[in-house]
Amino acid sequence: MARIVGGICTSHIPAIGNAIARGLQNDPYWQPFFEGYPPVREWLERVKPDVAVMVYNDHGLNFFLDKMPTFAIGAAAEYQNADEGWGLPTLPPYPGDPDLSWHIIESLVNDEFDITSCQEMRVDHAFTVPIALLWPGTQRRVKTVPVAVNTVQHPLPTPHRCFKLGEALGRAIASYPKDLRVVVLGTGGLSHQLDGERAGFINKEFDLECLEKIVNDPQALTKYSIHDLVRLAGTQGVELIMWLVMRGALSTRVRQVHRHYHIPVSNTAAGLLLLENAA
Amino acid sequence: MTQGSRVAAKLADLDAIPGTYPFDGRLAQKGYALNKMCYSFNDAANRAEFVRDEDAYCRKFGLNAEQREAVRKRDVLALLAAGGNVYYLAKFAGIFGLGVQDIGAQQTGMTLDAFKAKLKAAGK
Repeated sequence: MARIVGGICTSHIPAIGNAIARGLQNDPYWQPFFEGYPPVREWLERVKPDVAVMVYNDHGLNFFLDKMPTFAIGAAAEYQNADEGWGLPTLPPYPGDPDLSWHIIESLVNDEFDITSCQEMRVDHAFTVPIALLWPGTQRRVKTVPVAVNTVQHPLPTPHRCFKLGEALGRAIASYPKDLRVVVLGTGGLSHQLDGERAGFINKEFDLECLEKIVNDPQALTKYSIHDLVRLAGTQGVELIMWLVMRGALSTRVRQVHRHYHIPVSNTAAGLLLLENAA
Repeated sequence: MTQGSRVAAKLADLDAIPGTYPFDGRLAQKGYALNKMCYSFNDAANRAEFVRDEDAYCRKFGLNAEQREAVRKRDVLALLAAGGNVYYLAKFAGIFGLGVQDIGAQQTGMTLDAFKAKLKAAGK
């Protein structure tokens, strides 16, 4: 049977991709951010997941406002990135696992989550930057299942709904008959705001609360509304909901293996968390 | 309170965060043409076409006068007020080599250095 070996949350700021491409990991601005990652890469080298379920939000690459699914899952043999309008490098495609994707889609729909299935899906920086951070280089060793959550157009799914999606995702993975080691990623956050006169809003106190609660008391975070998250974490800080999907997929009790937090990367408070299921 | 007025109150509440404009159904309708144009900038050929003849490109997507003026001025707050969504607007800003810190500085009326210093101070 497939087994979840752990969960990782990480920020996915596009500037990180540029910093990697330019080899700036030891630059004084970047070093305090990148120094958080080696322990997670070492863990991945040791645990060797076969598949990464990537819970992320599309920023207007694959989805436009003509059709905006709340939850969409890729079911393709591979996924391609694009330059996103900024001239980002086009990278080798990311291998998918269509059998697992369809199993997850069937299981989630049976569990009363109405999923949009995508046999073609372009993946943006929220998918590619975490992979570049965690599996450096262009060799694609890990297969992927993209799970996209709408954060472009309100109404967004509530934190509680996202946590429940994670629980259903955990059940879906656990019921897959093949022996696979699966890591679940939630990408985005932590506090940041790009738009409006409040641009540049960061809330360290709230971020630190989230980093604590996501480990031992995620239910407390599910009590926030989207409006609360916008107020407390900024318009883009709502990306915490991806972390809640990841957390829902893990067991009730988890062990924190690694944690890192740094302000700022671009406009964002950057967070990183690695969790394992407790026995 | 009826369900409808509860929803309305909640949405009004969303508007109540200063300097914050959650992109909801109202803005999504208002800004559809503008966002559709900006979405097209995912493709380099479309960005080149915009640069070649901005007027023609805006006409092709049917921008209204408010949107056209905000595009002309490269004014992010005016683009948001005209229904622009920040994720699509980021692709428009990219044409001019502007990143999220540049547009942050513009929206807050700060210099880029002052905006960066503000972000750094948030970590203290």
